[in-house]
Amino acid sequence: MAETAVKTAKKESTFAFGKKERKLIGDPLNDNNPITVQVLGICSALAVTTLVKQAVVMSIAVVFVCGLANLAISLLRRSVPKQVRMIVQLVVIAFLVTIVELTLKALDYEVYKQLSVFIGLIITNCIIMGRLEAFAMANDPWRSFLDGIGNGLGYGAILIIVAVLREIFGKGQLLGWKLIGGEDALINTTGGGYLNNNLFVLSASAMFIIAILIWIHRSYNRKLVDIS
Amino acid sequence: MDLFNIFIQAAFIENLVLIYFLGMCSYLAVSKSVKTAVGLGLAVIFVLGITMPINWLISEYLLSETGLFGMDLTFLRLILFIAVIASMVQLVEMVIEKVSPPLYNALGIFLPLITVNCAILGGSLFMVSREYNLAESAAFGLGGGFGWFLAIVAIAAIREKIQYSNVPAPLRGLGMAFLLTGLMGLAFMSLMGIDPDALGAN
Repeated sequence: MAETAVKTAKKESTFAFGKKERKLIGDPLNDNNPITVQVLGICSALAVTTLVKQAVVMSIAVVFVCGLANLAISLLRRSVPKQVRMIVQLVVIAFLVTIVELTLKALDYEVYKQLSVFIGLIITNCIIMGRLEAFAMANDPWRSFLDGIGNGLGYGAILIIVAVLREIFGKGQLLGWKLIGGEDALINTTGGGYLNNNLFVLSASAMFIIAILIWIHRSYNRKLVDIS
Repeated sequence: MDLFNIFIQAAFIENLVLIYFLGMCSYLAVSKSVKTAVGLGLAVIFVLGITMPINWLISEYLLSETGLFGMDLTFLRLILFIAVIASMVQLVEMVIEKVSPPLYNALGIFLPLITVNCAILGGSLFMVSREYNLAESAAFGLGGGFGWFLAIVAIAAIREKIQYSNVPAPLRGLGMAFLLTGLMGLAFMSLMGIDPDALGAN
């Protein structure tokens, strides 16, 4: 399989950005979304979505790691024996995640503290391993890089949608700006008459929101409906 | 803290799947039948219980400033932890294959899958950030594994039954699994009222 992929890659120019390449980035945003369709990387998607800022930082980190890991593994794919490929993949990912972790620690310690173990858990985020196995092992570096970026963005899109809903309804604010309710909405009901909905602060609400997103997504995209 | 308290806390009050959402991927993918769910759950208990103390030893004696190399090597933590997990999973697989072929056949492909189960790495990272000692981290590992086992068996049982219900087509399968997990999470949240210290006092 790897050989055929190499052949087709040689026919086309290496750094083209045509229809095919646009599809690599666009597909994960809709038809092949990592979270709602491939069911990869759910763990971190749910835990870091109480605040939009955390979700944005997490998405950037995943786009970075996913893109570069795909690029690196695609460059290495012919020189790594099949038996040790998992270890090599894990080392590459762990290296990139360590870079992200140390950078974030230096830039924004507050967010680093809030994300706690979830930055480290990007290593075991199945999106990254999944794309390495499914795509980067069989495709040329440029396309693998685009695929990684696309999947990172598809993941980030869901993350941010969930986070926006949870922050608005759970805390009455968006990116820290007060949108609805008074200063102390729990006690003072005069601030627009809105009480913070604490259900949206609980982690279970992320499950419900994603379930509803899946419902909406599959209602207009009927081919994704689970027949079994 | 008492070891039993840590076990109870890890298994129920701070359930890895339902409260922290760790190990969601395999939890959703392998929960279609109770039988396979039990296999994967057992394997997770096993691997968590073994890797936790080993990772504790590594972070205490190799990576800390008072350790073997006498310098702060915590930036190597992620790489070493994941290497330990990957090799332990491999080792456990080989040992089980030698010692008990029936169990090996029952676990099947689930053993290698555990390497990328975030519950394992997450457990180790929680252990570091909460500063457990050796015995406590073992108790935390076993408790967390047990909680994970409970959660996956419960959802598998519910998903087997829900096949007979008339669920709207777009919500079938994955969507329903998410909704159920959310409801189970809410249910487990009521266990947060348990006070682990009071448990130990009795």
